[in-house]
Amino acid sequence: MLAEANTMRPERARPADTLVSIEGLKMHFPVYKGVLRRKVGAVQAVDGLSFDIMRGETLGLVGESGCGKSTTGRAILGLYRPTAGKVHFGGEDVAAIEGERLRRLRPKMQMIFQDPQASLNPRMTVGSIVAEPLVEHQVAKAGERRARVRELLDQVGLNPDYVNRYPHEFSGGQRQRIGIARALALDPDFIVCDEPIAALDVSIQAQVVNLLQDLQHRLGLTYLFISHDLSMVRHIADRVAVMYLGKMVELADVDALFSKPKHPYTRALLSAVPVPDPKIEADRRRILLKGDLPDAANPPKGCRFCTRCPEAVAQCFDVEPEWRDLEGGRKVACHLAN
Amino acid sequence: MKTVFHTQDGLIHAVNGVSFHLDEGELLAVVGESGSGKSVAMMSLLQLLPIPPAEIASGRVAFEGQDLVRLSASGIRQVRGARIGFIFQDPMTSLNPVFTVGFQIMEPLRTHLGMSRRQARKRAAELLELVGIPGAAARLNDYPHQFSGGMRQRVMIAIALACDPKVLIADEPTTALDVTVQAQILELVKDLRQRLGMAIIWITHDLGVAAGIADRIIVMYGGQIVEHARIGELFENPRHPYTRALLDSLPGRHKANEKLRSIGGQPPLLTREPDFCPFSARCSHVHDRCRAENPPLERVSESHDVACWWDKERRAISGGQLPESVHAR
Ligand SMILES: Nc1ncnc2c1ncn2[C@@H]1O[C@H](COP(=O)(O)OP(=O)(O)OP(=O)(O)O)[C@@H](O)[C@H]1O
Ligand SMILES: Nc1ncnc2c1ncn2[C@@H]1O[C@H](COP(=O)(O)OP(=O)(O)OP(=O)(O)O)[C@@H](O)[C@H]1O
Ligand code: SF4
Ligand SMILES: [Mg+2]
Ligand SMILES: [Mg+2]
Repeated sequence: MLAEANTMRPERARPADTLVSIEGLKMHFPVYKGVLRRKVGAVQAVDGLSFDIMRGETLGLVGESGCGKSTTGRAILGLYRPTAGKVHFGGEDVAAIEGERLRRLRPKMQMIFQDPQASLNPRMTVGSIVAEPLVEHQVAKAGERRARVRELLDQVGLNPDYVNRYPHEFSGGQRQRIGIARALALDPDFIVCDEPIAALDVSIQAQVVNLLQDLQHRLGLTYLFISHDLSMVRHIADRVAVMYLGKMVELADVDALFSKPKHPYTRALLSAVPVPDPKIEADRRRILLKGDLPDAANPPKGCRFCTRCPEAVAQCFDVEPEWRDLEGGRKVACHLAN
Repeated sequence: MKTVFHTQDGLIHAVNGVSFHLDEGELLAVVGESGSGKSVAMMSLLQLLPIPPAEIASGRVAFEGQDLVRLSASGIRQVRGARIGFIFQDPMTSLNPVFTVGFQIMEPLRTHLGMSRRQARKRAAELLELVGIPGAAARLNDYPHQFSGGMRQRVMIAIALACDPKVLIADEPTTALDVTVQAQILELVKDLRQRLGMAIIWITHDLGVAAGIADRIIVMYGGQIVEHARIGELFENPRHPYTRALLDSLPGRHKANEKLRSIGGQPPLLTREPDFCPFSARCSHVHDRCRAENPPLERVSESHDVACWWDKERRAISGGQLPESVHAR
């Protein structure tokens, strides 16, 4: 398995204090049907998440398409009003505060998107794209703003003389840098990176990941790093959270998670990742999951993974497993894990 | 094979002198970054490109004693979907939402093999079962939207396999899928290969996928093959600077807390006459010759080919025999 490859990792500085605290977070989207557009149910996109993000860390968030990763990220940033639960950012309840205090809090939390192409307005110059948050939040005067934009471009490795160019004149990796520069404009503490490298070529991905790590060290940033690329998550994250169908199933230090996954879904996920080494691949056993991801509007009773879990016992089809603590600061939601 | 596109901004040299062979029953992986010409090369093979803007400037594709490039429209149609199955990631060849899945599998059976409705239906159910769709016969009347992404990809494979082709060409067939679904498809392909013994060309940008399923691998860059080798050899002893840098940039090959080694710069625009090495703008071993002359693909050992001036000089210095230290990266 992927796990054995490099388990020796020097102890990282463990950040101690909590920056973001998520408690019982639920985000349900109503489903309407018929001519009367009656509500017939709800997609339980995110259904009861509780976890903390530590100051200065990178928390990886992984799981299959549609399991609720982006929704989690957006709800944390207050872009959705959650169906239930609380998000505390630096001690303040993101959903409850309004007005001036929200305006002060907002800039501290930013987002970087998957598709650099779609998230940049093609009719705006790079300079005005990066300056937009500064204008919106009325930070600095025009002259200072121009200087700040140049500084930001420089910080992400783009030539500051490119301020008057348009997004289409840049490559994918460069466009992602523009998105990062914009996210940095207001000096955030926390950035949700939603699949920031998924649209990039392998040879360009490394550039962007290195940049994100550099910036983290220099500016003391905290990341929620959403990705389906488990080998990149293993490289960049301090801790990793695994989601399945709107629930978190496991959370652990990156080494612990990759070397001793506790949840059957995590085990299946890790075993499915192709390893770029023909020798390892030659005699690798995969845990193949049967069937498809169930409908998030109509999730299975008991454990949400029970319909596909290779290890499920009777209890799993009946009782939902608790999100509980294990040794070493790990968390898991499985009846069998210990 | 040379394929160019005529555009408003001039010629695009999308595929520039690509040559390779495919043995019976083997799996050949093609890797390379976006825009390196992987799809255009394979579509040229089967006359699937719109002409114009595309033009196959030169080339020959020998298959069962015929040259596919010279075949008439009806001749190539006989081959396509019958002797050579293909799964391409473009809308032209993906599932049609208004027809049932069963109809779409049965169509090639009826046109190419002249089966009756009943025969074709029976075979379609068998095929769906073969690609691991539960309750296959009952699902023939379903429409594509009633299937998940992974199941649709299985249906595409079933269609490609319908007429028992000798060769299957699959262009990024698992790229859009989740890793757990991808794992299912990869196991399926391994299994089908053993049972049906067809040759496969598998285009991917994931070196991990290639490592798991391929016998040989072609690395493309800027419209050209820059390296070709048996799969184990390529990973153990990569020779082209692009291949080496690509392998080096993979996160799995780094120690913890080590910075990823990235390749600086951008892939080339393919608008210039290809009279220089396409990797020269980003290569750490670049020298004058690389900018003045395009290195030819040369054999360096049994089934290992490289197109690089630096590597050629390396070989010359060591008299064809490389000292161990050169291998160590
Ligand atoms: N605005 C919305 N309205 C209705 N349903 C939504 C909305 N946003 C997301 N969903 C649904 O919620 C679920 C979770 O979606 P989400 O985008 O969070 O998944 P994800 O894990 O980010 O997936 P991916 O890896 O594909 O990006 C999905 O079933 C999705 O269809
Ligand atoms: N119809 C077209 N007109 C002009 N140029 C084209 C056309 N189709 C492809 N090209 C160009 O040909 C080159 C090769 O494209 P191709 O689709 O083969 O790349 P690829 O290796 O398959 O990339 P990807 O990994 O993104 O699929 C690209 O530079 C592309 O811009
Ligand atoms: S030919 Fe020159 S530029 Fe091209 S890969 Fe070799 S050393 Fe680098
Ligand atoms: Mg998402
Ligand atoms: Mg392609």
